[in-house]
Amino acid sequence: MSSAAQEFLRSAAAKSADLRHRQVLRRSVDTYFTSLGTGRTRFIDWQEARRKAQAIKWEAVNHLDKYLLQFEERVKERGGHVFWAENGEQARNYIVDLATAGGVRTVVKSKSMVAEEIHLTPALEGKGFKVWETDLGEFIVQLRDEPPYHIVTPAMHLTRQDIAQLFKEKLGGIDTDEPEKLVAAARVALRRAFFTAEMGISGVNFLVADAGMIALTTNEGNGRLGTSLPRIHVAITGIEKVIPRLEDLAVMWPVLSTAGTGQAVTCYNTLVGGPRGKDEVDGPEEFHVVLLDNGRSELLADAEQREVLHCIRCGACLNACPVYRAVGGHTYGTTYQGPIGSVLTPHLRGLHEFQHLSSASSLCGNCSEVCPVRIDLHHHLLHNRRNAVKAGERSWSERMAFKAFRWTMMHPSWFASLGWLGRRALRAAYGLGLEGTAVDPLRAWTKERAAPPIPPRSFRSFWKERRGAD
Amino acid sequence: MARVALFIPCFVDQLNPEIGLDTLEVLRRAGYEADFPEDQTCCGQPAFNTGYWNDARPLAERFVRVFRPFETVVCPSGSCTTMVRNFYPELLAGTAMHADAEELGRRVFELSEFLVKVARRTELGAAFPHRVTYHDSCHSLRELHLKQEPRELLRRVRGLELVEMPYSEDCCGFGGTFAAKFHMISAAMGDTKAGNAEGVGAEFVTSTDPSCLMHIEGILRRRNSPVRTIHLARILAHAGDGQ
Repeated sequence: MSSAAQEFLRSAAAKSADLRHRQVLRRSVDTYFTSLGTGRTRFIDWQEARRKAQAIKWEAVNHLDKYLLQFEERVKERGGHVFWAENGEQARNYIVDLATAGGVRTVVKSKSMVAEEIHLTPALEGKGFKVWETDLGEFIVQLRDEPPYHIVTPAMHLTRQDIAQLFKEKLGGIDTDEPEKLVAAARVALRRAFFTAEMGISGVNFLVADAGMIALTTNEGNGRLGTSLPRIHVAITGIEKVIPRLEDLAVMWPVLSTAGTGQAVTCYNTLVGGPRGKDEVDGPEEFHVVLLDNGRSELLADAEQREVLHCIRCGACLNACPVYRAVGGHTYGTTYQGPIGSVLTPHLRGLHEFQHLSSASSLCGNCSEVCPVRIDLHHHLLHNRRNAVKAGERSWSERMAFKAFRWTMMHPSWFASLGWLGRRALRAAYGLGLEGTAVDPLRAWTKERAAPPIPPRSFRSFWKERRGAD
Repeated sequence: MARVALFIPCFVDQLNPEIGLDTLEVLRRAGYEADFPEDQTCCGQPAFNTGYWNDARPLAERFVRVFRPFETVVCPSGSCTTMVRNFYPELLAGTAMHADAEELGRRVFELSEFLVKVARRTELGAAFPHRVTYHDSCHSLRELHLKQEPRELLRRVRGLELVEMPYSEDCCGFGGTFAAKFHMISAAMGDTKAGNAEGVGAEFVTSTDPSCLMHIEGILRRRNSPVRTIHLARILAHAGDGQ
């Protein structure tokens, strides 16, 4: 078992038994589903909107070469820079070098999961730059020195009281649990950062190919402050975030916000296409877009799982996932949590280390049902499982168990005899009071549940009797 | 009397024979005589879902051979029906059995689906004077798209009060080998489900899937809950108290 798998099991056991945690997530998810329900009714046909969004992403992902080059050309025409990073290291180095060359001391960051993926903040901090997370949720988890709990709502696991306590300790002079006052306190700290920062780093929700612009969605306005006030703006994104046309936003924006939070449209939607123009009064002097591959091209080459690149990072599958709601975001030990993370991470960081995530699912299919771009997520979890078996990533004992299973089930008489023997043995063992003990043959089951009553007879024995009586 | 073949999931055969017997009774009341092909074993889903497709494939081929001669197949499990109808085509892609498997998939029905959509019999003369909540099993709901069919049948049962629990569409946490490999997550999901059923004051949780019910029942008993589980076929075969 990989070290990541061991850590996952340890953390999953702790979180699964943590009733307070379950309750906090339940409350958050209850609110989400209420808004989502309302949000979907704003569409004449939500299912049709999903199909349209899927078609847009399909076209983009299957013509990535064309649309990315088109995007690059337009950005360059306006005096922006595009950097193609093959991996995290290249992306980090490019940004650290930019900051060094530009005499940067302070960086303001808006939400970017790709920045998390390549561990950008620690890299910048390691070189002495001060980095401020400006999304409120990200700001909170940064103060706690934690990674985001959820790709859309990073502080989902915290209550208002938790945040009040944190601000009291870390921000100084604040002692309240009123949401308005807490937000105001964060705002004061962040406004100062916005005005001092020389570099703003943002993520990207969509790379709009024909316009050569990045589309940025936030609820707090931090995205556009961070991309217009500092001297340098760096946008970092995975290559799969492209969409062909500006008009596609008419579908993608409301679909993203509905799936993400249930909002009709998110509060701030910004398009940025280059540095400050000649006649413009604000905006950055430099505009850089870092296009990160980091394993995505390999996924693109995999016809069976290519559609995983359609993901628009709305977080709907996390909220819908009963496993996520039981174990929480940190247990995954990955940048992307929940179903999309379990599907994607083995591709980005190796099947050997992360195949366990694809098995840590009941394959209930709720993720595929809610995905706004209709990725067949639970099916891809199944494909990852098959690939793990094929790659010899499973234990000897499991492989033997399935050989024995197959052998038994190929022979009805052996199945019937072994079933009879097994039931007799279990009835004897349970008669001696061994249920739930260390020698219980159904230990894997009875660790958590009562054993089912073991019947003396099988259905087929009843059937034989009836047939004989006819 | 019209005839159908009965597909009894392997673990139901061994652990819940009463569900099989009640399925026979329900089919009889609907006007069908059932045949049980004795060569049947397992559809192969445990191996398939755990990733062992090479071990699942011969079982799928075997299943197709056993059931191919029958015009209609009925199964008291949405999950095992799903395996045949939805997953065999992919598992057997490129094999000689593929076309037969696809064809057979269209003739295999989950019990409530068969009664409502094929037999068009919802009134089966059952009585079950209890407060019951229906758990939407994942495969019945999201793979076979059965939401109203089992509820329609339950509404026709004399004395039965059908109550909806919150998050009835959420997975109970069984998930096959998941239940053993990640038992703590499985148990947490089951615990949530059990709490939701208790919360609406149900006496019984019912469903189309014996595996979900075995898991939920085990969790309920560990919680010392008064709530019990019962398979849909058992309710539909029930002639009422004292009869």
